[in-house]
Amino acid sequence: MAVCVAVIAKENYPLYIRSTPTENELKFHYMVHTSLDVVDEKISAMGKALVDQRELYLGLLYPTEDYKVYGYVTNSKVKFVMVVDSSNTALRDNEIRSMFRKLHNSYTDVMCNPFYNPGDRIQSRAFDNMVTSMMIQVC
Amino acid sequence: MEGLTLSDAEQKYYSDLFSYCDIESTKKVVVNGRVLELFRAAQLPNDVVLQIMELCGATRLGYFGRSQFYIALKLVAVAQSGFPLRVESINTVKDLPLPRFVASKNEQESRHAASYSSDSENQGSYSGVIPPPPGRGQVKKGSVTHDTVQPRTSADAQEPASPVVSPQQSPPTSPHTWRKHSRHPSGGNSERPLAGSGPFWSPFGEAQSGSAGGDAVWSGHSPPPPQENWVSFADTPPTSTLLTMHPASVQDQTTVRTVASATTAIEIRRQSSSYDDPWKITDEQRQYYVNQFKTIQPDLNGFIPGSAAKEFFTKSKLPILELSHIWELSDFDKDGALTLDEFCAAFHLVVARKNGYDLPEKLPESLMPKLIDLEDSADVGDQPGEVGYSGSPAEAPPSKSPSMPSLNQTWPELNQSSEDTAIVHPVPIRMTPSKIHMQEMELKRTGSDHTNPTSPLLVKPSDLSEENKINSSVKFASGNTVDGYSSSDSFTSDPEQIGSNVTRQRSHSGTSPDTAAPPPPPPRPQPSHSRSSSLDMNRTFAVTTGQQQTGVVAHPPAVPPRPQPSQAPGPTVHRPVDADGLMTHTSTSPQQIPEQPNFADFSQFEVFAASNVNEEQDDEAEKHPEVLPVEKASDPASSLRVAKTDSKTEEKTAATAPANVSKGTTPLAPPPKPVRRRLKSEDELRPEVDEHTQKTGVLAAVLASQPSIPRSVGKDKKAIQASIRRNKETNTVLARLNSELQQQLKDVLEERISLEVQLEQLRPFSHL
Repeated sequence: MAVCVAVIAKENYPLYIRSTPTENELKFHYMVHTSLDVVDEKISAMGKALVDQRELYLGLLYPTEDYKVYGYVTNSKVKFVMVVDSSNTALRDNEIRSMFRKLHNSYTDVMCNPFYNPGDRIQSRAFDNMVTSMMIQVC
Repeated sequence: MEGLTLSDAEQKYYSDLFSYCDIESTKKVVVNGRVLELFRAAQLPNDVVLQIMELCGATRLGYFGRSQFYIALKLVAVAQSGFPLRVESINTVKDLPLPRFVASKNEQESRHAASYSSDSENQGSYSGVIPPPPGRGQVKKGSVTHDTVQPRTSADAQEPASPVVSPQQSPPTSPHTWRKHSRHPSGGNSERPLAGSGPFWSPFGEAQSGSAGGDAVWSGHSPPPPQENWVSFADTPPTSTLLTMHPASVQDQTTVRTVASATTAIEIRRQSSSYDDPWKITDEQRQYYVNQFKTIQPDLNGFIPGSAAKEFFTKSKLPILELSHIWELSDFDKDGALTLDEFCAAFHLVVARKNGYDLPEKLPESLMPKLIDLEDSADVGDQPGEVGYSGSPAEAPPSKSPSMPSLNQTWPELNQSSEDTAIVHPVPIRMTPSKIHMQEMELKRTGSDHTNPTSPLLVKPSDLSEENKINSSVKFASGNTVDGYSSSDSFTSDPEQIGSNVTRQRSHSGTSPDTAAPPPPPPRPQPSHSRSSSLDMNRTFAVTTGQQQTGVVAHPPAVPPRPQPSQAPGPTVHRPVDADGLMTHTSTSPQQIPEQPNFADFSQFEVFAASNVNEEQDDEAEKHPEVLPVEKASDPASSLRVAKTDSKTEEKTAATAPANVSKGTTPLAPPPKPVRRRLKSEDELRPEVDEHTQKTGVLAAVLASQPSIPRSVGKDKKAIQASIRRNKETNTVLARLNSELQQQLKDVLEERISLEVQLEQLRPFSHL
């Protein structure tokens, strides 16, 4: 369902970014990059509240003509950004949340791997498979 | 026949060939036909083949055992190299190239040969990593080689025709390439169907590595993912696959299978029954793994932390990426630590990978720890019948999904447990006054001022206690709904009100230190109760300092349509009088509350009569007490107040006693109405706090009493003085009341603010 999935590290560099249509990848990369500003804005907006009370799911960051961008941030300031097709109207908020949940779970599994150094690009096959399962439903 | 010493490459190659020939997967004997075929492929003259066979002892034995086969192969190599066939030659000929066999399969074999030779160094390096198995393997090899030279030579003799092929086919299947998953087509083998490679090795039991290697080689070319090939390999009997496959896939076995070959040799010896599971761990392997586990973690039931495992497996010199993948596969419960089962699986995968076998996408079933529920990562059903080595205690089943730990981590969620203050739940209502409540009331009266942070609490319990008393009194009243509020609340005709009362109390208790723990929280007292409790007339009078807060008193009189025109000229007089009257009333009421609510009216009545000459007032007092025999908690001010509250409650709730109100209001038709209106307005202003409304009712009652007072003032000087006294008292009472009300208002506002803040925090982005 997702057209593009990206995992951004705390320092705002991508740990993992992948899009389904192989063309226009640059466009998606740019969209993810611009969405980081919105994410930061949302994080700071809740800044006065305690971090635990801040919700992880950020919701719709911003819609464009063709796509909608959703955001999710973990407690360690790792951001997940997902771009979905606007034509995919069947997608409900809960589904987006569940997708982010899966992303988060897979991400923590990657983190648990002692051979993974935090800050490296994510090259886990299991993570790739999970993202593929999320993205493959588009077509 | 002396012992046959084989190099590692040779060992591998020979064992591959052996399994190729072992159509029936006996692992001990190769089919003669196959062997002969192989030998023919060696392109050796028949007589050489026969000689080889004789030398290796096959003719003597009548069959090709492994040793025979190996010897035969060696002899084939000897023959192909042009050396004379001698028994001694199997060992004496140095640097003997591997036997080459013609035909398509032979190409692969020759490639294997080439790859084997290139693999030798890899094997050597690898064997350094895991010494024991190779050691064991070496021992076995030695014993094996004796017999197999002859068959080998015969094989060589039979299949000499592929010399050219072998060198050309550089082994892309070399361990290096495999390790890097380069998936280069192994020379001409790319076209070769993969199918055979797996089952080819399955008989060995070591086929785990073999098929993996084959998969590695072929997977690059063939669409089916490695594990699928594997699966098919595992499932299909070796014989059938042998028919279809090309022994060329044997080449992939050339990877550094030092351990694998050793172990597989051992396995072959053992003839483990499971031939179709390439990933099965043999007993020896298992034991080795367990020993290694013990070096890290002495407790076999314990865990190896991730860091220790990382160091250990890094020693295998596999790339980090692959180690990471192995970890992903083997850490079944995703807990960052390895149990014995997980460790063995990981070790096994490392071994396999070192031997060039590609890592599966999913954990093979035989490597899975014994779990009740198999998760997605498990290779379920693909390798049926493979129980896998379950010697070690089964792991705790991840009844939760492997992602559950992370799930728990990721969703600390909005379970704001701190919100119990906002939780409204039914609270037992004390229907009868109790000593505790009495004590609370006493405490409230004597003790805390508003400075006491717990005063609100004390006030509340007292309020509640008073309310309870009121409830009891209401009971006594036999249905007389003195105060609409009290009755409705106490009889839970308005449960939510009680709930809200409780909530308020709860929130209060949440915000202020909880000192009222011992007494059960009765529902919030009725407005009148709270009012009366807050009045705390005893304390008020005890502390009477003559506070003449006329302003406070003046507030009530501000009601416009005061029936007594004389009020204007002598407000001060009136007010004191009123205050006195009120004070007297109020003084009586609290005293009456704890003891006999029913008395309140009458005593007030008496006081009223004694204090003032106001007929109307007395009438009011009389009527109200009569009408409202049961005073709510504190029996505020007087029947007047009760009347006022009644009127107020009547307007607010439908449970009041219309008759009472009417009675109460008839004599004071003009005053009560404006008072009621004022009460209403005041109540509207303070919808949250019934107490306040009660207090306003009190004030209203004071007001109501006022109108009647002025008339009497002008009559008698004594009366004036008495009224002045009374007014002063009333002033102090009202002043105190005012301060208490202010305090309560502040508390309620603070509480409201905190609730709003919490609400905001709970719904940060609901508007998105």
